[in-house]
Amino acid sequence: MFEDFFKVVKHRFNGAEEEVSGPSFKCPRCQSTVPFERYEELLKVCPACNYHGRLSAKERISLTFDKGSFEEFDSNMISCDPIGFPEYPEKQAELRETTGLKDAIITGTALVKGQRAVVGIMDSRYMMASMGSVVGEKITRAFEYATENKLPVIMFTASGGARMQEGIVSLMQMAKTSGAVKLHSDNGGLYITVLTDPTTGGVTASFASLGDIIIAEPKILIGFAGRRVIESTMKQRLPEDFQLAEFMQEKGFVDMIVERKKMRTTLAKLLAMHTPEEKEV
Amino acid sequence: MENNKTAWERLALVHTKGRPTIRDYIPLIFTDFYEMHGDRYYGDDHAVICGIARLDGKPVTIIAQVKGRDLNENKDCNFAMPLPEGYRKALRLAKQAEKFHRPVICFIDTPGAYAGMAAEERGQGEAIAKNIAEFMTLRTPIISIVLGEGGSGGALALGVCDELAMLENAQYSVVSPRGFASILWKDASREEEACNIMQVTADDMVRLGVAETVIEEPLGGAHNDLDKISENIKEYLSLKIEEKCQKDIDELLKARYTKFRKIGEFTE
Repeated sequence: MFEDFFKVVKHRFNGAEEEVSGPSFKCPRCQSTVPFERYEELLKVCPACNYHGRLSAKERISLTFDKGSFEEFDSNMISCDPIGFPEYPEKQAELRETTGLKDAIITGTALVKGQRAVVGIMDSRYMMASMGSVVGEKITRAFEYATENKLPVIMFTASGGARMQEGIVSLMQMAKTSGAVKLHSDNGGLYITVLTDPTTGGVTASFASLGDIIIAEPKILIGFAGRRVIESTMKQRLPEDFQLAEFMQEKGFVDMIVERKKMRTTLAKLLAMHTPEEKEV
Repeated sequence: MENNKTAWERLALVHTKGRPTIRDYIPLIFTDFYEMHGDRYYGDDHAVICGIARLDGKPVTIIAQVKGRDLNENKDCNFAMPLPEGYRKALRLAKQAEKFHRPVICFIDTPGAYAGMAAEERGQGEAIAKNIAEFMTLRTPIISIVLGEGGSGGALALGVCDELAMLENAQYSVVSPRGFASILWKDASREEEACNIMQVTADDMVRLGVAETVIEEPLGGAHNDLDKISENIKEYLSLKIEEKCQKDIDELLKARYTKFRKIGEFTE
């Protein structure tokens, strides 16, 4: 699987969608720098502090699921402009061009060491993976498909929150997705959330917090309100580790912190422990 | 109804000193109100008041965000910005209502959930998410009314319901206009412009499928005639509670899910 990952990386490295202009990556947590090539070799994990950096949905898929097993749902869905927000359609058209994504999430089914699951992977390159109509609808359909077909769901979350440009319609996606999660849960379905950097706002206050099992990658940001907002309300500096995965685990909101290199095996083991045949992987 | 006001002018009305709060409405709409305190985990949040009362003689559960009428009240209720324990108290009382087959009436009136360190540490996101999910399948009718401001996830935590009504000048939004301007334009001073393009009014909510009903306010706003606005709210509630209570609960839940399920605009 790592070979797969490098292929994607190489492709992106040579392609037009390269997002980091300099030759090195500066860690947002510890500020240390690492040559970009080395950072990619480390699966985008900071060697100094273990911060787990942001991956594209494609990178995540090749790193986590059985080779070639991913089958995408709703690959052509694009958002309309519900409140007529100035330049929203233009901004989206541009992002579709530069990221190759249609919106901030890819959903589908995939195998994890032979076990089928419905999966969703958010991609922060698309409007900070904010949740609008498309993200809401795709997640809802994914859960409804999983409920109907008695499949587990794995969601890799990352989001700045609600998609402001869709106004109240974006807020309602929190209700829509959470409702679909609830019906899946009431039907006995397993839902594993993997929180990745950053998971905040309306996504934290809806489907991201509703997993039966909540996993977080190390050093990632998890929260409802933004740090700057809180600092301006409280008029004081917050602790360094505030809202990081380790802090949220200590406060009781994360089941386990799992490193990227162990994610695939962890997910496979957890899935296996929830299947009736109790097969070992 | 007054149809010529901008969203910004309506927001000013909502912020008018003397705008009635849930504390003004309860004695005029309900009888035998008994407030119930605390979430049974951590504490009692004064931004959300819960309790049981009678509407037309029948028991109902009330869950309401409460604004202060002066600075002292506002300090006490944290300017109607709930902490996680406020949402957990709401869920506790909603579950109690389900057990005893009482309909739930939610009154939304908040600029948003409180953004603070304590709120984050105690899981503001988890508390809101849980309410949204649990209200979706709560096996008793739920009616919500936005009294003034319905701000963001903090409002939605009391907003998953069978029907939503808006007072004529009330607003419901993904974030406050100030927050919207600050996030999208990095300039909070453009809040008036934000307010007018965000589509936050009662009519907008009906058009977008978020609300079903607009409750008429007295000329000039709710504060001009408390008796009249209370009468209008009561009339709406009496009608809706009776209507929903007569429905088969499984059909009601299916309709509740569908109400939210169909919101969203996309093409394929």
